[in-house]
Amino acid sequence: MELILLIIGTVFVNNIVLSQFLGICPFIGVSGRVNTSVGMSAAVAFVMVLATIVTYIIQLLLDKLGIAFMQTVTYILVIAALVQMVEIILKKVSPALYSALGIFLPLITTNCAILGVAILVYQKEFTLLPAVVYAFSNALGFGLALITFSGIREQLELANIPNGVKGVPIAFIVAGILAMAFMGFANIV
Amino acid sequence: MNQWNNFLKGFIKENPVFVFVLGMCPTLGTTGSAINGLGMGLATTFVLVLSNVFISLLAKYIPDKVRIPSYIVIIASFVTIVDLLMKAYTNTPGPNGEPSLYDNLGLFIPLIVVNCIVLGRAEAFASKNSVTSSLVDGLGIGLGFAFALTLLGAIREILGSMSVFGWKIAEGFAQLFNPATEYKQGDGMIAFVLAPGAFLALGYLIAFMNIIKKRYAK
Repeated sequence: MELILLIIGTVFVNNIVLSQFLGICPFIGVSGRVNTSVGMSAAVAFVMVLATIVTYIIQLLLDKLGIAFMQTVTYILVIAALVQMVEIILKKVSPALYSALGIFLPLITTNCAILGVAILVYQKEFTLLPAVVYAFSNALGFGLALITFSGIREQLELANIPNGVKGVPIAFIVAGILAMAFMGFANIV
Repeated sequence: MNQWNNFLKGFIKENPVFVFVLGMCPTLGTTGSAINGLGMGLATTFVLVLSNVFISLLAKYIPDKVRIPSYIVIIASFVTIVDLLMKAYTNTPGPNGEPSLYDNLGLFIPLIVVNCIVLGRAEAFASKNSVTSSLVDGLGIGLGFAFALTLLGAIREILGSMSVFGWKIAEGFAQLFNPATEYKQGDGMIAFVLAPGAFLALGYLIAFMNIIKKRYAK
């Protein structure tokens, strides 16, 4: 039951993009088409869960050695190496999946959502199972926001928009209205 | 290159927020008030200046193939330094139990390491230019980022809680004219302190900058 509450709370109430402001770069950058944003969301989900598990184990090691202040340096290196490794393994094992996710993987290293969730898991002192559930529901929340947003942006191209707000500004304004809609979920958990 | 122009370009012409739309996570996440925006901007400036200097010093010795991971390690070290410094010096809660600057910025301090501005300047500028130019470039871009964050923070704070840098506008003026007043101001438009206001305010601010730039170009 607690896990279900955790999932609902993370996907809707504390949505990673629209209320915690993590992963804004891909949210604005690759949300032009629904197809690409589905690919991006899948890649993020894959790496996010994997990175959370790996950094969870690394954190145990850091705590044991008493060098918890090295957290930022180690996490980012581990995530960067992990993304590279996933890319190489996917290329070898599943070329079909690689061609779908491949181009998004390098972008993910500097996606602050991945590092952010890894650090949040540490700050919230989760054990391994809730940590994995938390990471996966954050990825779901990211996908939900990104795919909804790209659907709106596809329609937006056909709309008649004033010159001044064309491009990035209208994207932010739409995101603001979307965030307002998500505020309606506040306090349900 | 003229160092003064190199410094000034970060504020308007090559402002990382208004022109390049980089570093959006801290821009949206830490601008609930002007002081938080300023704190975040200065922390990023510190990392940007030091990483720019060190990367321009080391660029000759770093093999081309491993340059991005090496840059990330250099940046991450300075982020750790900032994190520990801020934990030590900006971690005192306010007089009425308000959370400290360190608590307000929270997660976004370690996340400077994945801020695209820092890695972007390292790759595009510091690795190709002299130490002095890189220092000035880091300072200019960093302060431009701080300027953008403070501006956005001030706008959101005025609309959302009717105060600037923690100074309550209505109460302040009431006290100015009548020191004995017991007037207490109400809340502003809370939505501007919360998530939707961040997106809306930034969207309109970028639109405003675009319009000004078009006027200038004519």
